[in-house]
Amino acid sequence: MTTNLIDIQNADVIMATSNMAENHPVGFQWVMKAKERGAKLIHVDPRYTRTSAAADLHVPLRSGTNIVFFGGLIRYAIEKNLYFRDYVVHYTNASFLIDPAFKTPTDLDGLFTGYDPAKKSYDRSSWKYQLDGEGNPKRDLTLRDPNTVFQLLRRHYGRYTVEMVEKVCGIPRAKFEETAKLFCSNAGPDKTGTITYALNLTQHTNGVENIRALAMLQLLLGNIGRPGGGIVALRGHANVQGATDLELLYHELPGYLPMPLRDAHPDLQTYLERETPKGGYWVNRPKFMVSLLKAFYGDAATKDNEYGYHWLPKRASADAYSHQHIFADMYEGKIKGFLADGQNPAVGGPNAKLARAAMHKLDWMVVVDIFLTETAEVWKAPGTNPKDVKTEVFFIPAAPAAEKDGSLTNTMRLIQWHQKAVDPPGMVQTDAQFFCTLAHRLQKLYAGSTKSRDKGFLAANFTYGAKPDHPDMVQVLKEINGFATEDITDKDGNVVYRKGQAVASFGHLTDDGKTASGCWIYTGVVTETPDGTLTNKADARKPADDKDYLGHGWGFAWPANRRIIYNRAAADLKGRPWSEKKKLVWWDPKAPGAKPEDKPGKWVGLDVPDFNPLLAPDAKNGDKPFIMRSDLVGGLFGPLNDGPFPEHYEPVESPVTNMLSKTQINPVVKIWTVPDGKNELAAVGAAEYPYVITTYRLTEHHLSGVMSRYLPMLAELHHSHFAEISHELARELKIENGEKITVLSPRGKVHVTAMVTNRFKPFVIDGKTIHQIGVPWHWGWNGIEKLPGSRGDITNDLSATVGDPNVYIQETKAFVCNVKKGVV
Amino acid sequence: MSLSRRDFLKASGATAAGVAAGGGVDLAPVQAAATSLRIKEAKVFAGVCPYCAVGCGQLIYAKDNTIIDIEGNPDTPHTLGRLCPKGAATIQLSNNPLRPTKALYRAPGSDKWEERPLEWMYERIAKRYYDTREQHFIETEKNKDGQDVTVNRLEAIASLGSACIDNEECYLLSKLNRTLGIVYHEHQARV
Repeated sequence: MTTNLIDIQNADVIMATSNMAENHPVGFQWVMKAKERGAKLIHVDPRYTRTSAAADLHVPLRSGTNIVFFGGLIRYAIEKNLYFRDYVVHYTNASFLIDPAFKTPTDLDGLFTGYDPAKKSYDRSSWKYQLDGEGNPKRDLTLRDPNTVFQLLRRHYGRYTVEMVEKVCGIPRAKFEETAKLFCSNAGPDKTGTITYALNLTQHTNGVENIRALAMLQLLLGNIGRPGGGIVALRGHANVQGATDLELLYHELPGYLPMPLRDAHPDLQTYLERETPKGGYWVNRPKFMVSLLKAFYGDAATKDNEYGYHWLPKRASADAYSHQHIFADMYEGKIKGFLADGQNPAVGGPNAKLARAAMHKLDWMVVVDIFLTETAEVWKAPGTNPKDVKTEVFFIPAAPAAEKDGSLTNTMRLIQWHQKAVDPPGMVQTDAQFFCTLAHRLQKLYAGSTKSRDKGFLAANFTYGAKPDHPDMVQVLKEINGFATEDITDKDGNVVYRKGQAVASFGHLTDDGKTASGCWIYTGVVTETPDGTLTNKADARKPADDKDYLGHGWGFAWPANRRIIYNRAAADLKGRPWSEKKKLVWWDPKAPGAKPEDKPGKWVGLDVPDFNPLLAPDAKNGDKPFIMRSDLVGGLFGPLNDGPFPEHYEPVESPVTNMLSKTQINPVVKIWTVPDGKNELAAVGAAEYPYVITTYRLTEHHLSGVMSRYLPMLAELHHSHFAEISHELARELKIENGEKITVLSPRGKVHVTAMVTNRFKPFVIDGKTIHQIGVPWHWGWNGIEKLPGSRGDITNDLSATVGDPNVYIQETKAFVCNVKKGVV
Repeated sequence: MSLSRRDFLKASGATAAGVAAGGGVDLAPVQAAATSLRIKEAKVFAGVCPYCAVGCGQLIYAKDNTIIDIEGNPDTPHTLGRLCPKGAATIQLSNNPLRPTKALYRAPGSDKWEERPLEWMYERIAKRYYDTREQHFIETEKNKDGQDVTVNRLEAIASLGSACIDNEECYLLSKLNRTLGIVYHEHQARV
């Protein structure tokens, strides 16, 4: 999330693409606040929800057609001249010239230059800037050159007309024009708009391109880094942001450092050379990587052993090890042991039937959770004889947040500490206790090993504080933050940090082993005086006030307590606010600046500048706000595995053919082949699966239900598992509201209650009626015995093992199904 | 009159505020009595809602090592003390008769759970990790050019979770998995 929930109130227009009122109700108050101040709300969603009820415009679109919708808006903004020209010319790569060999789907029938059908991948060598003699990108600030990003973009989205939007998305032309006018007219120096999204855009085989499309629209309208602008990414778990930052993800190490690859990164020097760009803040990557290795391996990490680099595992391939790879590979017997800690894949992941069948093949499994999940009891799954499941299962009861100290990072990068209120009961363990105790037991088993492969693990410290089996979470946070591994002195020999002292800023991390830091972006969350007094800023609790509406004294937002990132873009080229109404961060030429002589000139304002605070607007790169990019500007052109511009392809399963090109589905999509018919897919337009299905969440339940189906206060709020279907479809199928129906896909079926509703309406797609249904996914066979509605079939038994080619997320927001009256 | 919940709590006992909020019925004494009874002799702790990622600040009241109430913390700048139905139910994550508090073991092919001491569980789990790592560890591998590369990789153990645990715990799990060589290492952000 580039911005902050509080700042939504400053928007002039808000486009909610998720169901924010029901899934993030307390955050939604800032949308309502903006409305009180005159903002307009657009809700783009196939289904009418409580978000729609609060909206000025509800715009239903067929699931899986987001890029056509955003592409239509991009085209509208350009053709109607509503884009923010100064911002686009100077703060994005619109003016950069692209290699003339690069061609777009307009010329290549849905493909970009370089497609290899045999490998199902792109040779991306032409997807690049033209460089001048000094190696800098060539630019045309008039944006007229046909090879500028701007002209290529304009041509690419020239096909995304209002007629095309109507045909593909099912949004009537007049409604789309009203939407486009409302959103795109609220841009420029005096106005800003924001866009919210959640899994509605990510769970697709073009999930990353969906997000890119909305980010491009926000760049064109000058909405990034400015008050009331930005991208509001609404995450679903209390710490999905933190677990991503700390990288419980196969492809990275904490702080967004790539996980080494066998072929690309044979040693640390090659790794750093390949992964460190020539420009932008990532030029500091070596400092972050070496500091991480020091945090992992301590004193055993030395310059001579490449700071322990070779103890880290190296991936065999970039196309491996993701959630969906796990269950496909587990089913084939490649994985023997499994830890499920606070996750319930028997219900919560795609193709849950495959996941359960895969877990039945394990030798052993450890489940750490608050309740006995369907994953823990996978040997009791309906239709399973426990005798046939040879998996040895260990269940460790876990503590919820109220029973332990620790920090959670919310959806706006805000790290907040929670205090332990009571001791966990009985044998309940905190997750930290479990990890540290397991690590200690394993280190005992490996004690005395002289094998080089074991040395890194034996060197890693898992003892924090005086009690090894009760780790002190503040000490862990300090290691994440970073500290000096030896006394660090300045050029005059004065001690800047004493050995062991927490480092105050990631700008102080080094690549020579003198600092350790478990996650550089969190540096600053802890500060420490030379005499050892620690301050945990995640535990800071100063309310916001009129002088600080963003509440900088409450918790700590990474990076560096910045609440709105890329906020240099809130000022014009010369550093002045674009307008008085939209001021946030600006250059004050008179403010005392560079030490020691306090040379005047500094970035100041209502937020911590996301910029070198002393770099004057007229200095080199003083006018380039996007500091994390090597070219320092926003990327309207941005190569991903499936293209540098988002292009529409139909979902892997769709009732219709692609009307934009002959390329039906994402040409580089990942489709797993799983034996025994465990991942069957419906053909395009298959008569036996004629309806579009989308899955979603409810206010009263939580995700796979582990934290709601066992709580009477929540479990009693829904009568039963259900599917929402339109009156029109119900009439066709002679289904009455409240009766049992069967929803089927090529993977499985569920029996649910029919909720016949006005909230869904059939779409007219290219002149043909297409029905869409919606099914929430919180249910499993466990729950509260006295509340039968707390139990139900598993919606994810319907979804498929298919993935986006960049990040391998599944397509649970748009696939196909059939609906039958009764239990069949 | 515009009155935030925080103002209301600060003004609890002030009759005028009660009249304004109650639409003519004086609720203030009732509110004050209820508030003082609920938190009487209880200690208050700063909490964060464990459900979605809005991160609503909570106040957790505990007495005799038991949570007696959880409510929104009105000082929280981005949530202003509000909670949704899930946040308001947080207390039942702790106080819940369905919650297992013992370590449980299910033997291969068995149809029931058996209670086991924690000590036994940790020993056994560690042994399974150790044996699997010893049997399946990949120390070196040929790269695409046919040269041997140290890869120190363990593919036979997979790890999932969690977006529900604390930052410090996520870090410890990353550290544990990566120093053991585990590469199937994921959580809910992927799905």
